[in-house]
Amino acid sequence: MNAVAYEPRGTMIFSALVGLVLQVLPLPAWLAVGRPAFLVVVVLYWSIAAPRAGGMTLGWVAGLVIDAFEGAVLGEHALAVALITYLAIRFHLQIRNRPVLDQSLFAFAALALYEFVVWAIDGWTGHPVNSALRWIHPITGGLIWPVVVLVLGSQPTRR
Amino acid sequence: MAAFGASAYRPLPGRAPAPGFRFTLYALLSAALMFYDQRGGVLERVRFWMQAAAYPIQLAVSSPSAAWRWLEQSFETRASLQAENSQLTKQLRELAVRTSRFEALTRENAQLRGLREALPPVAEKWLVGEVIDVELSALRQRVMVNKGSRNGVFVGQTVLGKDGLLGQTLHVGPWSSEVILITDAEHAVPVQVLRNGLRSIAVGTGDSNSLTLPYLPVNFDIKPTDMLVTSGLGGVFPAGYPVARVTEVRRDPAQPLAQVRATPLAPLDRDREVVFIWFQPGHPAAPANAQTSPANPGAVDIQPQPVPPRPPPAPPTPPAAATTDAAPSPNTAPSPVTAVPP
Repeated sequence: MNAVAYEPRGTMIFSALVGLVLQVLPLPAWLAVGRPAFLVVVVLYWSIAAPRAGGMTLGWVAGLVIDAFEGAVLGEHALAVALITYLAIRFHLQIRNRPVLDQSLFAFAALALYEFVVWAIDGWTGHPVNSALRWIHPITGGLIWPVVVLVLGSQPTRR
Repeated sequence: MAAFGASAYRPLPGRAPAPGFRFTLYALLSAALMFYDQRGGVLERVRFWMQAAAYPIQLAVSSPSAAWRWLEQSFETRASLQAENSQLTKQLRELAVRTSRFEALTRENAQLRGLREALPPVAEKWLVGEVIDVELSALRQRVMVNKGSRNGVFVGQTVLGKDGLLGQTLHVGPWSSEVILITDAEHAVPVQVLRNGLRSIAVGTGDSNSLTLPYLPVNFDIKPTDMLVTSGLGGVFPAGYPVARVTEVRRDPAQPLAQVRATPLAPLDRDREVVFIWFQPGHPAAPANAQTSPANPGAVDIQPQPVPPRPPPAPPTPPAAATTDAAPSPNTAPSPVTAVPP
C-alpha cells in the first residue's frame, strides 16, 4: 500500500495546468467538438492514482476553474467534477486493479456522468444546449485514457 | 488482492474525513454557489475577479496563434499588400460617394422630424477590441475580447462586427469581456424587416451562420434577400443596425408559423476585430432603457428586461414651421431628444 503515501502534488498541479491549457486551446470548430475534457481526465487520473494528494478538493477547484473559463453558472462544473472524483476515490482500489482498457471504460462512464450532470444543470438554470455533439467528448476522453496513464506514469496499475 | 472488494475502503483515521462526507460538503457548496449565481448580482464580483485571474492564461493560450498571425502578416508579399491596398482604396471611394450626401440627408431628416438641429449619430463613441483566440465552450457561440471594464465596457453592451451586429457583452472582467454572439442558441435580437418595417425576433441557432425567425405567421410579408435591422426594442441594441439577410422562407399551409432562416451579415467566425459602441442616451434610435455609463459590474442585471417600447417622437410642430430653417421653436419636441450640433 505504498500508493497511499504517494503524493506528487507538484506534478499534479502542473499536469492539471497543462490539462487546462489543452482544454482551452483554440481549435477549429469541427475538432473542438471532439476535444476531450483534458482537465477533467487529468483530475480523474489523479483521484485514482493518488486519491489522498488532491482528491475532491482538486476536483472541485478544477471544476470551478472550468466554470470561470466557460462563463457557466458558478458551481456547475465544480459539482460535476466533484461527483466523478468522489466515485473515482471511492472505487480507486478496484479501478487500479483493472487493465487499462477497463479503466478507459470507467473513464468513459465517469465523463458521461459528468456531462450528464452539466447538461442537467444547464437545463435547470435555463441555458439548455441539446446538441448531440456534447456527448462526443466522453468517448474521446475514454479513448485517450491509456495515453494519459502512459504520460502521467504507471501508478494506477502499481500496488 | 482479492480482499479489495467494495467494502475494502477504510479511511485512515486522523487524515481526512471520509469521501462521502467530503462530497456532500462540496455538493452543498456547489449548490449554494449556483443558487446565488442564478439569483443575480451577489457573485458578480467573484466572477469579475475570476475572469481577471483567467485572463493571463487565456492570453498565454492564444499567443501561439497570435504569433502565427503576426508572422503571416510580416511575411506577406508586396503583391498581396498592393492588391489589398487597391481594394481598400476602392472601398473608401465607394463609401465616400455614398456618404457625400449624408450631411444633406441628416439635415433633411431633421426637417422632416421637425427638429431645429440634426440629430447626432446614435453611436457617440466606440472602441475597437480584438478577439482572443481561446475556446470558451465548443457548443456555445461566445468569444473573448481583450477589452474590459478598465476600458469602460459594461455588461449588455452592443458589439458590432465589420458588416453588422455581432452580439452583446455577457460577462465583463477588468481587462477582458465575454461576448455572446447573435447566433448563440440562447440569444435573441429584436429585428425589423428593412423593406416594410415589420418587427420580429431573430433567435440564434447555435450554428455560426444561421439565425431563425420562429415567431412569424405564414402570411407575414417576408421574402429571401430581405434585410433585417435591429428594431431598438428590448432595451439592449440601438435601432437601425444591420443584423442579417433572409435566406430561406418556408411556408407550410398546415402550420400557423412560417419557417424563416437568415444569415448574419457580420462574419461571426472570422471577425478578428469587434467594435463596442456607446450610444447617445436620449437619441430616438437608442434602446428604450439604455444603460449608457460603464456601470458597476456587480450591479448590472444581465438579462435584458422586456420593456414597453417608447412611442416614437412625434413631430408636434406644424409643417409650415418645419419647412423654414430659421423658425425659432425653442422647445417644440416633447421627446427627450437632446439636439446637439453634430
